[in-house]
Amino acid sequence: MNALEIDGVWKYFGDFPALRDIGFKVTAGSVVALLGRNGAGKTTLLRILAGLAKPSKGSVRIYGSEVREEPTRRRIGVLGHGISLYDELTATENLVLFGRLYGIDDPAKRAHQWLERTGLDRVRDGLVREFSRGMRQRLAVARTFIHDPELLLFDEPFTSLDDRAIAVLQSLVIEAQQRGCTIVMSTHQLREAIELSTHVALIRKGQLAYSGERRQEMLDDPGWLYRTFEEEGPS
Amino acid sequence: MSLFLRQSLTIAGKDLRAEWRTKEALNASLAFSMVILVLFSFALDPNPEMMQEFSGGLLWLVFLFAGALVLNRSFAREMQNDCLDALLASPVPPAALFIGKALANYALLMTLELVCLAEFGILFNVRWLANVGPLMIVMAVGTWALTVVGTLFSALTVNLRLREVMLPVLVYPMMVPPMMAAMILTTDLLAGTALGPGNMLWIRVLVGFDLVFTLLGVSFVDTVLVG
Amino acid sequence: MRNRIMLLLTVAFAALLAWNLKNILLGLPDEARQDAVYRILYFHAPAAMVGLTGFGVGMVFSGIYLATKNLYWDTLAASTTEVSLMFAAINLVTGSIWGRQQWGVWWAWDARLTSMLVCWLIFAGYLMLRRAIDEPDTRARLSAVVSLFGTVNAWFVYKVIEWFPRLQHPGPVLSFRTGGKIDRALETPFYWNVLALCLLAVVLVMIRMRQESLTREIDSLRRLAHA
Repeated sequence: MNALEIDGVWKYFGDFPALRDIGFKVTAGSVVALLGRNGAGKTTLLRILAGLAKPSKGSVRIYGSEVREEPTRRRIGVLGHGISLYDELTATENLVLFGRLYGIDDPAKRAHQWLERTGLDRVRDGLVREFSRGMRQRLAVARTFIHDPELLLFDEPFTSLDDRAIAVLQSLVIEAQQRGCTIVMSTHQLREAIELSTHVALIRKGQLAYSGERRQEMLDDPGWLYRTFEEEGPS
Repeated sequence: MSLFLRQSLTIAGKDLRAEWRTKEALNASLAFSMVILVLFSFALDPNPEMMQEFSGGLLWLVFLFAGALVLNRSFAREMQNDCLDALLASPVPPAALFIGKALANYALLMTLELVCLAEFGILFNVRWLANVGPLMIVMAVGTWALTVVGTLFSALTVNLRLREVMLPVLVYPMMVPPMMAAMILTTDLLAGTALGPGNMLWIRVLVGFDLVFTLLGVSFVDTVLVG
Repeated sequence: MRNRIMLLLTVAFAALLAWNLKNILLGLPDEARQDAVYRILYFHAPAAMVGLTGFGVGMVFSGIYLATKNLYWDTLAASTTEVSLMFAAINLVTGSIWGRQQWGVWWAWDARLTSMLVCWLIFAGYLMLRRAIDEPDTRARLSAVVSLFGTVNAWFVYKVIEWFPRLQHPGPVLSFRTGGKIDRALETPFYWNVLALCLLAVVLVMIRMRQESLTREIDSLRRLAHA
């Protein structure tokens, strides 16, 4: 079954097409690295996949249903540029809040489990405002995973994370993939992304320049993709 | 439906808890309302006859001005750390998000208004306890009008530069019909006139406005937040 | 083709206006109680009709935009609302001048003028909101919601202000509302002037439409250049 089917997606900002006729399918259990330069349309596409924006034309289906349907959204986990946590609430309160919003059973217990997994157990009653950057990022990772999403959407997951958060995220991604989850992540960090991925999609000026399985050439030389499918190297 | 209500209450509870930790909106609006009340005493002579005629109007002006501070914070709070994205990506329907935030704003505005009312009574020697029951009804329906329009426009202006300016510019003209009703009713009640056939029309205006704009808000919040 | 139509409409408007002015200024006798100033009502009332109809039409276009997400309708809604705002301003200014002559004050808080002023403020907010948003789709979506809320609210304003004590407006004079008390010779030029102002409104909307779509084109070219 296809976890994700993107079909003829266009997104206009005024008369300017930010995305042009994007279409690809992702089978369940794949890890897709969404590559492209700044302004190519990666974030726009991810926001459409997450249901935060609507495409001007075309359709996105997740496990065969519409993105904005409630059961579908229960299956998606999103980690964007911001950490999406409330500074004035404690770590536990934040996780319990999102647990409740996703309708999981016993959110307090789950919150506790995830605080342990991300190494935040010690500060579970501390306000997020007082957390260091790394702690906030790990809590954001916990928030993304708390409802056991089947499709994970990451926008530049590694750019802002510190080493420990990257390690936590990487292990969670590998584990999620083994469980059969599908992961789409946009990134600049070519090497990390390509190592983790099974598929690669490259967006160039709003169009899909390449999409398919990860090839050996990409692992050997991360710049290969850009040189082959774009005139210039990565920016 | 009960799921919808539970989700709304979760959102409302979250907002109130966060507000309780900092009290930034409440403190600012209370201080602001106090200043306005003091300034009113210089703007007009607070003798008893004068107050009979103006009390309702003054009171609602204070609610409206101080309320804008509360409403501005409502969705602005979600912009910090991009929390709004996480809420919209969750299975909570935007309508539940809207009702939840409206309920939290309602609680904050009512608190603010009760404190203002007490201050007002003391500073201007207005006896509001005589008709306290009907007065609470008027405040309850009048405040919901401000809450529901204000919350929607708080969502609408949240991504704008000039957010703080745009909210009152858009909301205040829209508040003319309910404020007219609330001011007339409040003045009547503070002057000792009870609710009756003579002013029931204005209660109907308030309730009608509440119903129409709650319906509009619930229907259009999805358009405002997602597209 | 489009220019041809615009030119034709402009010429028709100018000719009709000249003919109307001749009839109103030279053909009609002075009124017993009002002297010459009553002639301003031949512009005052039609401007209100065109303006208010325009706000309603703007709301319909906004609704069509939300249903189709085609920016053409947004451009049309914005142009219509902007032109209507100008007609509303004409109504306010002429009403104020008439009031100065008849009642000795520029502004007497009469019911209909006050309603019009509130509407003017609501839709001035609509235009300010449009200025504050750069991204055309967001601008279209959010301003369409404001247009809907604003028009529903305008309806409330008109209803409620008529019930407000101490605000009056000179009663209706046109025969379709009074059943024919007015002299035909006085009434006919009025309808011709409604037509003239309608023509002017259409021409202005067409001009604004073209400017708006050029603005949009420039904006997308700019984005293309930056991409």
